[in-house]
Amino acid sequence: MSRFLLEIGTEEIPDWMIVPALNQLQNHFQTFVDQNSLGGGVSRTEATPRRLVLMAEDLLARQADSDELLLGPPKSAGAGAAAGFARKMGVSADALTLETTPKGEYFAFRKVVPGRPAADVLAGALAEMILKIQWPKTMYWTARGGPRFIRPIRWLVALLDDAIVDFEIAGVRSGKSTFGHRLYGGGALAVTIDTYETVLGEHGVILAADERRRRIESGIADLLEGRPLRIQPDPVLLETLVYLTELPTPILGSFDPEYLSLPEEVLSTVMRAHQKYFSVKRGDGQLAPHFIAVMNTGADPEGLVRHGNERVLRARFNDARFFWEQDVKRPLEERLEDLKHVTFQAALAAPTYYDKTLRIEALVAELGGGAQALRAARLSKSDLTTGMVKEFTELQGVMGGLYARHQGETEEVWRAVYDQYRPASMEEAIPGTRAGQMLSLADKLDTLRECFRAGLIPSGSKDPFALRRAAQGVVKILAEGELLLPLAETGALEEFFLDRVKYYFRDVLGYKYDEVNAVLASGWERLPDVKLRLDAVREVRETENFEPLAASFKRIRNILKQAEFTAGAPVEAALLEEGAERNLFAQATGVREAIAAAPVGYGQALEAIASLRPAVDQFFDKVLVNSQDARVRANRLTLLSNLYTEFSTIADFSEIVTTKG
Amino acid sequence: MTHPPSFQRTLFRLKEYWDQRGCIIQEPYDVEVGAGTMCPETFLRVLGAAPYRVAYVQPSRRPADGRYGENPNRLYKHQQLQVILKPAPADIIAQYLGSLEAIGIDLRQHDIKFEEDNWEAPTLGAWGVGWQVMLDGLEITQFTYFQQCGGVDLDLVPAEITYGLERLVAFLQGVESVYDIEWTAGFRYRDVRLLDEQQFSVYNFEMADVGALWQMFNLHEAECQRLLGAFEKYPDKARFPLLPAYDQVLKCSHLFNLLDSRGAISVTERVAVIARVRKLAVGLAHLWMAQTSPEAAA
Repeated sequence: MSRFLLEIGTEEIPDWMIVPALNQLQNHFQTFVDQNSLGGGVSRTEATPRRLVLMAEDLLARQADSDELLLGPPKSAGAGAAAGFARKMGVSADALTLETTPKGEYFAFRKVVPGRPAADVLAGALAEMILKIQWPKTMYWTARGGPRFIRPIRWLVALLDDAIVDFEIAGVRSGKSTFGHRLYGGGALAVTIDTYETVLGEHGVILAADERRRRIESGIADLLEGRPLRIQPDPVLLETLVYLTELPTPILGSFDPEYLSLPEEVLSTVMRAHQKYFSVKRGDGQLAPHFIAVMNTGADPEGLVRHGNERVLRARFNDARFFWEQDVKRPLEERLEDLKHVTFQAALAAPTYYDKTLRIEALVAELGGGAQALRAARLSKSDLTTGMVKEFTELQGVMGGLYARHQGETEEVWRAVYDQYRPASMEEAIPGTRAGQMLSLADKLDTLRECFRAGLIPSGSKDPFALRRAAQGVVKILAEGELLLPLAETGALEEFFLDRVKYYFRDVLGYKYDEVNAVLASGWERLPDVKLRLDAVREVRETENFEPLAASFKRIRNILKQAEFTAGAPVEAALLEEGAERNLFAQATGVREAIAAAPVGYGQALEAIASLRPAVDQFFDKVLVNSQDARVRANRLTLLSNLYTEFSTIADFSEIVTTKG
Repeated sequence: MTHPPSFQRTLFRLKEYWDQRGCIIQEPYDVEVGAGTMCPETFLRVLGAAPYRVAYVQPSRRPADGRYGENPNRLYKHQQLQVILKPAPADIIAQYLGSLEAIGIDLRQHDIKFEEDNWEAPTLGAWGVGWQVMLDGLEITQFTYFQQCGGVDLDLVPAEITYGLERLVAFLQGVESVYDIEWTAGFRYRDVRLLDEQQFSVYNFEMADVGALWQMFNLHEAECQRLLGAFEKYPDKARFPLLPAYDQVLKCSHLFNLLDSRGAISVTERVAVIARVRKLAVGLAHLWMAQTSPEAAA
């Protein structure tokens, strides 16, 4: 059994692309090994910014030999033909066998195909396997038409046990030499599979991502030990730093507490987004005048790195303070005019944020928003013209809210502006105030309607304007805000929303798909109502009558469909047969009247409907719908049709998947 | 670090360093540009299959970045050291790190990171991939592997290294404001450049005549178009004045930046004006290919 090591040495790969690339490499390799009967498989993958590494174990040193059956002439062709076939195969005639096929007996030769050494098989395949990794953006570096990769490949290690698996990419030949950390590396380092990770470790590279992560976490814990401080957890930033470094070492820096007069949102955004620092909090949850930076080096004995980072942060904070002081000089309302110079979406007839603001205002009014919501709508996009948002675009909305608060707007107004981009994901909460919900809805609905009108419709994985997220946000706000606003769109946007609604109830809230289909088939204009109906269906589904009734409704739907029947006239009682038919009519009428007479919950209504089950069963048992008498038949179909439509306003039971078909 | 080098001495050292690595040391180009990339020494030289190595300081004008000399880190005009190595050697990053050592940065005492930063210049039809190089959290260099220029896929892939000199030297000298940089003994950056920043900020933001700027833009565009149109019938292609035509592109690009800083370009216009400049740049790049490597273009 053989072991295998592959290291693709590159210039620095963008951190966020590394893990997906490594997964692809693993899949490509495993598939190849399986398809080529090399046994074994990938035992480990690792990566740093400068290397993608794959290790495999239990590989066969060579493939097993295999047989190939080659058919010659038919037996009837005789010994002469057989001898000719044997000569062609390079064997004597007695090496041939007779094989029985559906067409008769044939001379045949069973050729042994010797297995190839694993090293040869891999050598012929590795270059392609590496180059077929898909990246978000690739480059060429040797010359036009040369191989494409995410960054230049500078060395390759490929070892099968002690032997080099020989291949080449872009003029780089595989070998047994790796390179260490840019500062601690010192040139080519010969390795074996056994020494590889140790040699890297000795030259400033921690190969294992887990180990780098632990080093960051424990380093931070050490820095904060004994201080009344804790780090603001940030898993995304942590992963970035794990894949941005080969030798991560955290350091604790400080800034002048006077900057704490700036909003915390601004300070932590500057630290996280622009400097990749963790924020540090005091015991009471307030921001502390410290930060944690993660170096890609072993130590900072002279404190030069800390000093340098503090200096950069000071300049950044000074910029932020400058922006804040400048920005608050001009109230948000005055900035409205400037929005005429800011593009929202160039493809629109009214493309600016000024236009969008007017549309949002109108929409908020249409949705029934009050004075506070309208005021928030008016101010909502003005922060796009502030220095702070131009510099820190991820603070849009939040800055608007902070500036609105600073200029004395009511809490409802400034919070609405602050929260207008929420929810940015299914995990994030919807805006906490009614005005905020209205504003967020209006903003997103406007984006969706305008983009769809201009033909900017997402397809497949392409969604450059994040319209799915916008629609998902609308659905979440309507449902969780319990807003009984109609979601009445048309055409492609209606379908688009339907997908999002299904996704929300099925995948986010976890309702069964057939219950969701059943309820949505009865209408989905008002999402809080959809949720109530879903709850009712979920509850009633457990009762004994429900699923059989659902099966009957499916039967009714099929009958109506087959008959291509649409009800015109009401049911004529006189034409109803005594017994099961009349009984069903009477009971259905009774249930309908009972539901109509007193307002009951969906649950009770469903239970009442489900109680029709014996009557429906009896009807199908005793009554033949396809009566010879056309009038009777039409009357029966009308009875069923009414039953179906009248009792499908909560959910279309025929969509329920029943255990007995 | 004892005695951090002066601004000009840092330049000397960097030029010396790249001189020792076989680069032509050029002087700045004498037409206004927004970045060293736009100089013919980069924009045109990266085209075609002829190897080239050049380094030069380029004062780069970005009218909208002016702050009347009041912001310690933002400048209307800053100095870049631009290095082009075509094709990029395999040890390019090691060479680059060596240049930092050459100006007195002991890398063992600092933290260097290469963070993804791709570059794109829509007005030039140019893009590449690369990094911003971070030194102790400070962006000191833009490193780009060019892929396309003037809409042309490049034959050889050049590495472009752009040092932001003010930042770098402010870091080396440990000053908080670029205006406190020691240019040379007895002279600070402010002594040399503050008036420049003040007066051009006033002009760019307040006094530049929008109508006149548009007229100039149109004139330079027309002159460029006239020249580009004359290429085909011109008998002696090698002598055809494409370099003067390229100056017209640079003029247009700078006038666009000025109009932009005056707030004179509306949203809808903006895209269209960028497209106009880009059309000139792309047209010129294709003719340049035809002129310098006619067999490849044919």
